[in-house]
Amino acid sequence: MNAAALPTQLAAPAELSAGDTAWLLVATAMVLLMTPGLALFYGGMVRAKSVLNMIMMSFSAIAVVSLVWFAFGWSLAFGDDLGGGLIGDFGQVFLHGMKPDSLTGTVPSLVFMAFQLTFAIITVALISGAIADRTKFRGWLVFCAVWVALVYVPIAHWVWGPNGWIREELGALDFAGGLVVEINSGAAGLAVALVLGPRLGFKRDPMRPHNLPLVMLGAGLLWFGWFGFNAGSALGANGLAAQSLVNTQAAACTALLGWIMVERKRDGHATTFGAASGAVAGLVAITPSCGLVDMPGAMAIGLAAGVLCSYAVGWKHKFGYDDSLDVVGVHFVGGVVGTVLIGVFAWDAVTPAGERGLLHGGGLGLLGKQIAAVLVTAAFSFAATYVIAKVIDRTIGFRASADDEMRGLDLAVHAETAYDLGSVGAASHLSSAAKAHPGPSPARAEPADRIDADED
Amino acid sequence: MRLITAVIKPHRLDDVKTALQTFGVQGLTVTEASGFGRQHGHTEVYRGAEYRVDLVPKIRLEVVVDDDDAADVMSIITKAAHTGKIGDGKVWSVPVETIIRVRTGERGPDAL
Repeated sequence: MNAAALPTQLAAPAELSAGDTAWLLVATAMVLLMTPGLALFYGGMVRAKSVLNMIMMSFSAIAVVSLVWFAFGWSLAFGDDLGGGLIGDFGQVFLHGMKPDSLTGTVPSLVFMAFQLTFAIITVALISGAIADRTKFRGWLVFCAVWVALVYVPIAHWVWGPNGWIREELGALDFAGGLVVEINSGAAGLAVALVLGPRLGFKRDPMRPHNLPLVMLGAGLLWFGWFGFNAGSALGANGLAAQSLVNTQAAACTALLGWIMVERKRDGHATTFGAASGAVAGLVAITPSCGLVDMPGAMAIGLAAGVLCSYAVGWKHKFGYDDSLDVVGVHFVGGVVGTVLIGVFAWDAVTPAGERGLLHGGGLGLLGKQIAAVLVTAAFSFAATYVIAKVIDRTIGFRASADDEMRGLDLAVHAETAYDLGSVGAASHLSSAAKAHPGPSPARAEPADRIDADED
Repeated sequence: MRLITAVIKPHRLDDVKTALQTFGVQGLTVTEASGFGRQHGHTEVYRGAEYRVDLVPKIRLEVVVDDDDAADVMSIITKAAHTGKIGDGKVWSVPVETIIRVRTGERGPDAL
């Protein structure tokens, strides 16, 4: 995006394009839908006692991040550079100076700002997967606001902002968010998982996903939204958007098949959960590279991500960190695969300055830049997140009490439960009917007789 | 009177129920249950992580019959629930002191 289209567009003021604007409005809505999709994807993976809390972490991130973004996040990320490509200024606080006719490239600046907002939202929501079932809700709300301001905003500026140093000085490429979204959320997820510690009973109790159809529905919504995420990052209704969309599909498909092939060989069965995870791993990996490689390159990147991530999700059991829903195994590893492989598959027919990867005769130069960008982003995200999480934990608390965790956060934090499937229970329709008609009455005796007659 | 309880494989329930109805049993109660015997459990794999499921789903079936019918009913259940594979379950019986039909207040064998 961003990486490809933004600098040139900023340099040359253009006319508003209705086509580009229409597409970006739609893409913004599509990317926003990814966060509720993620809520279902994650919600199905946790135990039934904390599915609402899991969903709530995504939904609350939408609200908190949006307000921070409007207030000052956008300005610091995409406002005029303060120097060195490190951070923007406060010139556009509360969207100051942005009028309906302000343009960024060929689209209203307001649309570009909103499109960028949806990226910030899902990046924060992704982190929640690393700390499922055990996070204090108040701590999470504060974390959302502080993290987006201190970690997301700087990295977004380095990679996509005016004069951003990773793009301008280092020369690394990130089309739709391998660094900013995937590696960033993955490294942050590892940091918060380490600060909070493992769930009670981690590695001892069975913690299987409680609702796989929910996981599949969430994965489907993510897949749908990802077309807006990647093809929208072309910032126009054009050929680059089409190439990005095709590459996105190619990578998702090879990754899906790659993951379930590993499963079939390693565990004996191809699983629905593996298919969903594989597709997401491919979508993650193609995010940085979708507008920078050709279709065969996208297929290779997807396959690499599907296979590698299917092994990476096992690391937490080996090393003992409880990255509950595999933010590290899928988003960090997939993000690294996709970002680094730009150095191999970058195709000069689509790259912004004709950069070429190893396979297209570009040598090792771009590969080195990509690796450097990965290391810097991961190190900054991990370190800054670790400090933020520690401070929250020491002050207002970030980890739910053991009692609340065992009862389930749905009941303890939200006073709700997700399911009421039995006919007996405090919230069932039978017991409320009994409360409405206490004691025997002629009105009740009649249907009871009929039921008995059926049985006899 | 005797209370006969059977813990059987869920997919055998229909055959057991039909056999008991054919025999003339007037009513029975079925509960979804979990448990283990010699079958123990099975393994499920999620994202490569193995979960041992020790308690497997079973059907618990209860029926109260006359003393004279108890042996027949037990062998009918045993025959209908039988697959020959591990995990077919158990059938047992205990004496029942009294029984009341809630609707009419009838007691003893009349309430069956």
